[in-house]
Amino acid sequence: MPNMTANTLTLLDAITALKNKTLSYQELYDATYSVIRTRNKETNTYLTIAQDKSRDAEKLRDFPLAGIPLAVKDNFLTKDLATTASSKVLDGFMPQYESTVTARVQAAGGITIGKTNMDAWAHGSSTETSDWGTTKNPRNTAYSPGGSSGGSAAAVAADMCIAAIGSETAGSIRIPAAWCGIVGLKPTYGRVSRAGVVAMGSSLDSPGPMTKTVADAAFLLEHMAGHDTYDATTSNVPVDAYSSTLRKGVKGLKIGIVYIDHPQLVGSKAAECVIEAGKLFAKYGAEVEIISLSEHVEKGKILTPQHAIAVYTVLQRSEVSSNLARYDGIRYGHGREAMGGEAKRRIMLGTYTLSKGYADKYYTHAQQVRTLYVRNFQELFSKYDLLISTPSPGYALPIGESAKSPMFGELVDMLNEPSSLAGLPAISVPCYHDEKTNLYLGLCIMGNHFQEEKLLQAAYLYEQQTKWNSWRTS
Amino acid sequence: MSNSSSITSQTVLHIASLAKLTVTTDQVDALAQGFSETLNVVDTLSIIDTKNIEPLHVVTDTKNVWREDEVDAQRMFTQEQALANAPKKHNGYFVVEQVIDQDDA
Repeated sequence: MPNMTANTLTLLDAITALKNKTLSYQELYDATYSVIRTRNKETNTYLTIAQDKSRDAEKLRDFPLAGIPLAVKDNFLTKDLATTASSKVLDGFMPQYESTVTARVQAAGGITIGKTNMDAWAHGSSTETSDWGTTKNPRNTAYSPGGSSGGSAAAVAADMCIAAIGSETAGSIRIPAAWCGIVGLKPTYGRVSRAGVVAMGSSLDSPGPMTKTVADAAFLLEHMAGHDTYDATTSNVPVDAYSSTLRKGVKGLKIGIVYIDHPQLVGSKAAECVIEAGKLFAKYGAEVEIISLSEHVEKGKILTPQHAIAVYTVLQRSEVSSNLARYDGIRYGHGREAMGGEAKRRIMLGTYTLSKGYADKYYTHAQQVRTLYVRNFQELFSKYDLLISTPSPGYALPIGESAKSPMFGELVDMLNEPSSLAGLPAISVPCYHDEKTNLYLGLCIMGNHFQEEKLLQAAYLYEQQTKWNSWRTS
Repeated sequence: MSNSSSITSQTVLHIASLAKLTVTTDQVDALAQGFSETLNVVDTLSIIDTKNIEPLHVVTDTKNVWREDEVDAQRMFTQEQALANAPKKHNGYFVVEQVIDQDDA
């Protein structure tokens, strides 16, 4: 009898089953395409779907990723697979080269089965700014999946792939991971190459894995990370063997709980979950302390994320205005008249904040405050190994909320902005499930630069010792 | 509410032309209001003293990266690939808009 639920396997289980031949490629791909057929129309998750790849996959059995089907966010250039970054400007665009990340994952035996919806150019936190319509949260379709990597999160949550690739500027992996009840890892800036990724905020953009479990994220990251000559900001720091050190636990680590005294979190379920997580880490041998917020940089305290909204808004729009200047409709794509409303707003505000007479007031001042955030984290990480919080103060928001504020994305992403501005790695794992709405909350674990290994160890322990991961309990 | 960063319709039209974007007259007011709202939030940053603070340039320790000035043949586009996505081409060239007035030619 064919295994019609093979699509619900985790990445590591699917690889093992394929290598042991207890699962056939036909079964895995049939099951995956079958759920795509039933759920894609309803959720608008994939923009492009590759034709049946089971034959190609079968040849990859001996590769580390063994030919498993991956969903890839539509801002990664994929040769011979349409790439639009969810903007009509790139309607009909066919990349002539492959992004470094997807090329590496392919070389390791991964197969891109489709390109997932996102906020156009990654401008947003709900996928609602996509020129191809919003994606719906497969856990409850009245709600947003979050964004900008909302399609990749939805593809994982609905088992329309085995694992997915997303990218984050500030919250674009962590928010959709939290809202869809999956695992999302935003690596250190420069850990994973940006070459061949449609640029948004070049000093912030970080591609990362979006998966069913922490172990899956560790394994996929190993095949994405590392120095790349085509991205000069990638680091030469060696990539750790994340998978083999996952079970190390948190014994002896110093962990700080942050942001739970921010007005948006006080008394919230999310804050309660973060405190519970702190207790759990303490039980397993970590030394856990609550770090209080401060309005100004103060030793031993964490700088309020409130200022980061302004810093991030200025820097991101400035970088957007510069990056999106290349879309002239001459070499590729349609003309600038095809830009959607959100893209126009961001380009224009960024043009203003970089213009003569305003660049010092806005751009330079924002970069100075960014320095303060970096120093604040440096001081905290001289004492703590990890910081824990939540990526989102609450559950997924209903479809339609993003239209209510010109700064919707920045406000939703607030808790993620300081760590993104400082280029830090962070992971979001499910930390609560609301039975009534079927929606999730996320726990965010942040570390110092290139400490992905440590945050994966803590996240793995948390996942093993709690019941919130839907693939581990089903 | 502070009106310190009020953006006028005229400014909106000016930055649209700098960014080579067209905005319709019925969009101008909404854009001006949205930008003013956003800049008012940004203005809250002015309470932070940044005297003698270096602006950030790079978050990790990456330094200037150099490479030999050599052609990587494997990575080079063929003329066909380079033109594959061009909306308008002529005899193997991109067709661009005329930017010089005919009188000046």
